[in-house]
Parts: sequence; C-alpha cells; structure tokens
Amino acid sequence: MEKGHNTTFKRYGMVIDLDKCTGCGACMVACMQENNVPFKKDETDKIRSITWIRVYKLNNGKPYPDTEICYLPRPCQHCSGMGDHGHSPCVSVCPATATDYGMDTGIVSQIYTRCFGCRYCMVACPYHVRHFNWWDPVWPEGMENYLSPNVSVRMRGVVEKCSFCYHRYQLARERAFVQGRKDIEEHEYQTACTQACPAKAITFGDLINPAHAVYELKNSPNAFQLLERLQTYPKVYYLSDRLWVRMAGDNYLEEEKREMAQAKIKR
Amino acid sequence: MSASEEKTKEVSEETAGKGADKSKEPSNAGIIFIFFVLGLGVSIMVGWILFPKVLYSQKEQPFDFNHENHMLMVDNGCQSCHFFREDGTFSGAPKLEQCIDCHYDIHGGSEDEIIFHEQYVANNLEVPWLIYYKQPNCVFFSHAAHVINAEMDCRTCHGDIGESTSLPVYEYNRLSSYSRNIWGQNIAGLKRNTWDRMKMSDCSDCHQRNNVNQNSVQTLKGPCFVCHK
Repeated sequence: MEKGHNTTFKRYGMVIDLDKCTGCGACMVACMQENNVPFKKDETDKIRSITWIRVYKLNNGKPYPDTEICYLPRPCQHCSGMGDHGHSPCVSVCPATATDYGMDTGIVSQIYTRCFGCRYCMVACPYHVRHFNWWDPVWPEGMENYLSPNVSVRMRGVVEKCSFCYHRYQLARERAFVQGRKDIEEHEYQTACTQACPAKAITFGDLINPAHAVYELKNSPNAFQLLERLQTYPKVYYLSDRLWVRMAGDNYLEEEKREMAQAKIKR
Repeated sequence: MSASEEKTKEVSEETAGKGADKSKEPSNAGIIFIFFVLGLGVSIMVGWILFPKVLYSQKEQPFDFNHENHMLMVDNGCQSCHFFREDGTFSGAPKLEQCIDCHYDIHGGSEDEIIFHEQYVANNLEVPWLIYYKQPNCVFFSHAAHVINAEMDCRTCHGDIGESTSLPVYEYNRLSSYSRNIWGQNIAGLKRNTWDRMKMSDCSDCHQRNNVNQNSVQTLKGPCFVCHK
C-alpha cells in the first residue's frame, strides 16, 4: 500500500496583470457559472450579494486630463500565513474546522457541510473574499439543470469563497492517474476565470515550480500583493507598470507614499 | 441493572406499605422482575428489529442480476463492465449500450434477461439501477485515485458482490434518503469487514492508516477538501 499516495507539494497561485485587465467581468461570470454561485433578482446590494471573484475599479484620484482607471479582479488570496504554516487569517479563527489549509496544494478550503455560519472568517479576512449565504439559493426555472455536479450548492447559513476551482484539480489528477501519471501538467489544472479571461490577464500555476509561468511572473519588479504589510502572504500576485496602481495595493500614509514612490522608482 | 431493580423493589415496598400494611407479600417483587425483563425484551426487540424496519425503506431493483455468472464470461474482471473513461472518471453501473454489446440477443433465457430485453432493450431505455454505494452529494470520491494510484482491490470497499448470484435488497434511510450501505447493515454500526460500512470515519481511518495527505493545518489529519466538495 505504499504506492505513492502523496504527490509532491505544490503552491498554487495566480498572477494577474492589471495592465491587461479591461474590466470586462468575464472572470466573474465564468466563476459564478463554474461554481454554482447563487444570485438574487436584485443584485444591487453588494453587501448581501455573493461573488467569488470581484472586479474592483480603481482610479488615481486625479482630475480629468490625468485620470487613470485600473480594474482589479480579486479572488480569494489563499494566504499562506507567515512561514507558510497555513495560518491564514480565516483558518486561524474558524471554530468549526470548516476552513482549512491544504499543505499539499496551498489552497484554503471551505467545507460547507461543516460550516455553521458564525462568520468569524468573514471578519478575519482582510480581503473581503468571503460571503455569507443569507438565503437558500433560488435558481430561475430550468437553471438547476445547468448546475455543475462537481461543486456542491451551498445552503442558507454558510460562508463560501473561491476555491481556485479545486474540483478541477481533482479531476485533472484522476485523468493523470488513468493515464499512468502521478502528477498533473500546468495546463491540466487552470481555474475557470483564467480560461475565461479574453485579455489573458490571469496566469495560474504552481508558484514553486520553475516550469510554470507564474514562477517567473511573480518575481517581476512590477509585482505586488494586496495588503502586503499584514503579512498574510497571499498567493495572488498583481502586475502593473503604473506606480499608482502598485501603491494602491496597500494603505500607505502620505509621507510613506512619497518614500515608497522613490524606492519603487529606483527599483 | 441491579441498582435499578433494587430501586423498583424499594418503591414497590413503599407503595405497598402505604396502601395496606397487612398484605405485605414478598412475591410482588418477583412479578415486577418478570415484567421488567419482559419490558426490556420488548424494548430491545423494538430497537433492534422494529426500528430498522421503520428507519429503512426497501426498493426493488428493476430486475435481478447475477454477478458470478457474468464474471465467468468476461476477460477483464470487474473492469470489463465497470471501467474508467479516458478522462479519468469512473463509469459506475454500465449503460444500456455496453450491455447490448453482448446482449444483442437473448442468451441464457432467464426470467430477468427476458425482462431486460422486453422492457429496456426493446424500448431503448436505460436500466434505472439503484446504486448501493452512492455517496451524498457533498462527497467527491475518485475511483482512479484508489484503484489505479493506490492499487486497491474492488473487494476492499465493495465486498464479494462479484461472486454473488443475485442482487441484495436495496434499502435507503427514510430521513436522509442515503443507501443503507453507507451506515452498514449492522444497526449498531459495528463493522467486521472493510466493506461493511462507508461512513466518513471509515474513509478517514484508512487514509490515516496509510498516511494519505495527512497535512491539514487544522486537524493534522487529512484535509476535508480531499473528499468534500
């Protein structure tokens, strides 16, 4: 029985090029479709509505001739925690063992049948990636037939969030096993948002595997993470040539901004 | 048990004493003991025989199937009919198309085969088999990971179904609608063979024993995400 149950450790992550993102929202649509994300008739109340990847609109705060816009898609950041011990903010606070960090993939999971809806994780998450199901999902007539059988439909009273399409990882592994391989290739496991992006702004892969595209991209001088200084060590990186976009990744004080700007220009 | 008996004795003596001091008959205790044993017997019968009957409802398979007979005629064992698709998924119960590969005509002429031909092959209908080991919707199970990667035997989880001559009765829980094979035939949840039960603890026990991905941060055991979707 010692026949290699465990595959090599991976750290799946994402690099999103914000200069390529057009803010079209295809990633949000693809994600909702892939993961059976429920929606309401009136989606204007953004505090109560659910989306696993949200596209934010940033601007540089300058008046008309100099105004610049940047769209920032924000999936779950799958924080590794300090020292990659998996002590991400949400995992640390969950009293129900409903959210967990897989040391094999580096993916922060959410088990809906385990969650009892205390919402500590929503408070703990600095990225607002977690959403609470205030109601049982109601699908328009006939749409039940379009639900994905690979992802559970969530019930009222539980928290849900992006899983990096973990079911795709499992299905890819199954395929690899049947073909006599132990491990999967980069292209075999890609998230729905990655594949849906028409601008190819999202790159997905194993951050610690030099053969994967994200390995190089994340080391770019233009790469930054959201709220870096909280030391959550997210596995989603962003790229932008524009300094003000890179500065928007964290809450810097005015004087810090000036210092950082000089430092970043030098880099 | 003896303590409760004594209590009942005391109570009976007290009540007897209150009622009429004259007729203080010690034979009362014997009668109460007999009723106690009878009551216990009835309770146990209700719990072990009647309760499972109430809890589980039975369903008939469309027609009977002889696994042993089929195993003699195929070359590749279980995987002749229960095979892996190219995309890694497992086919499960065979579809009509596969059955017709051999059963284009009536072969043995048994009663069940005639039902199969008249009701399903003739009308081109899929046989609505009831799946004994169907897991709840929130569970992801990969046959490929177990049978191919871990080289496990079908028997480990499914028992001797391959050598059976007829299908067992399909029972499902009236409350959860899950097949009885998940909880197991033993109502107390006792387990002798690996295939007796298919509860979450059975999966996790085996995963723990074989050290499969025991790397969860929360539990230091297998992460829930391995099986739960």
